[in-house]
Amino acid sequence: MTPLEKVQEKFGKDIVETHAFRGDETAVIRPASLLAVAKFLKDTPELDFNYLMDLTAVDYLFFAGGRIQKEFRFEVVCHFYSIKHNHRLRLKVQVDDREAPDGRKHPEVDSLTSLWASADWYEREVWDMYGIRFKGHPNLKRILMYEEFVGHALRKDYPFDKRQPLIGPQN
Amino acid sequence: MSLNSPTGFFSTKITDALNWARKFSIFQYPFVTACCGMEYMSTAASHYDVDRFGAGFPRFSPRQSDVLFVVGTINHKMAPVLKSVYDQMCEPKWVVAFGVCTCTGGFYDNYSTVQGIDTIIPVDIYIPGCPPRPENVLDGLMKLQDKIQKGEQSRTLYDPNAKTGRPAELQKYTITQHIKNIES
Ligand code: SF4
Repeated sequence: MTPLEKVQEKFGKDIVETHAFRGDETAVIRPASLLAVAKFLKDTPELDFNYLMDLTAVDYLFFAGGRIQKEFRFEVVCHFYSIKHNHRLRLKVQVDDREAPDGRKHPEVDSLTSLWASADWYEREVWDMYGIRFKGHPNLKRILMYEEFVGHALRKDYPFDKRQPLIGPQN
Repeated sequence: MSLNSPTGFFSTKITDALNWARKFSIFQYPFVTACCGMEYMSTAASHYDVDRFGAGFPRFSPRQSDVLFVVGTINHKMAPVLKSVYDQMCEPKWVVAFGVCTCTGGFYDNYSTVQGIDTIIPVDIYIPGCPPRPENVLDGLMKLQDKIQKGEQSRTLYDPNAKTGRPAELQKYTITQHIKNIES
């Protein structure tokens, strides 16, 4: 049984969509179940995903030049790898600006820092670049840009040539 | 003995001699941040040999150097570091912007890159190119030597109000305007 099938078997109702091609497996899951699925991936001996390879995000605003409209805006993508079993799995979580909980401006997903320490800096980068908050992160502050930076630079509605007030010239 | 003679002959000649000595003993501080560093190394190494111009001795302390070579992309997080390195250098000091990234930001017209280091510190010599050829760098170095010989420094052009060493006519010049100028 591949890791994807195992996840499907256990969390069938939380899975929105799956994709598999020659051992390259992806599961799109509901945001609320992210932590539970991740814990399952890490703690099950046959899966043993002990390495969080990457955690990043995608902004689907103006996707394909605006021709494709998705009903969500951001997707948080996590790549897992098991050093012991040499297999991989990709988890995706769809979050939206609009459905941000308790009136906050930023979408929020659960932090994986309690399971993989390496999630710390990845999540700070995603917060810095996309403005997605991670619930339970111990130190969620900008990692690449300076503190005075306004906005989140890799959001598609951030003007690519916008100048920040700290250093000129202004535009 | 006083340096001021009634004709001023002695004092001007001694300044000339001082500047002559300065231009052939450039202690450079290479502030290398990106790919231009490779080209800088090839210029500094024996094939092109900046030591012929007396500039072969990089000092890795700003307090001991008199020319700041800014080599490579400067991003906003690096900008305060560059500024404080510049501020630590003793007078007289000169700045060389090496590569288009330091001259104008180059093609990095984005959220993270400083659009020309002359928005932070005054620049004496601009060496464009991505990266500039060693001949180009040597040409810039010789122009810098001319400048040192004449006793000129862009630092004196620095405008504390606009916080820039950019000449006044260029301060308001934006990229949009530039594109319009090209198209018209
Ligand atoms: S000018 Fe070109 S070679 Fe030099 S730092 Fe910029 S990108 Fe790199």
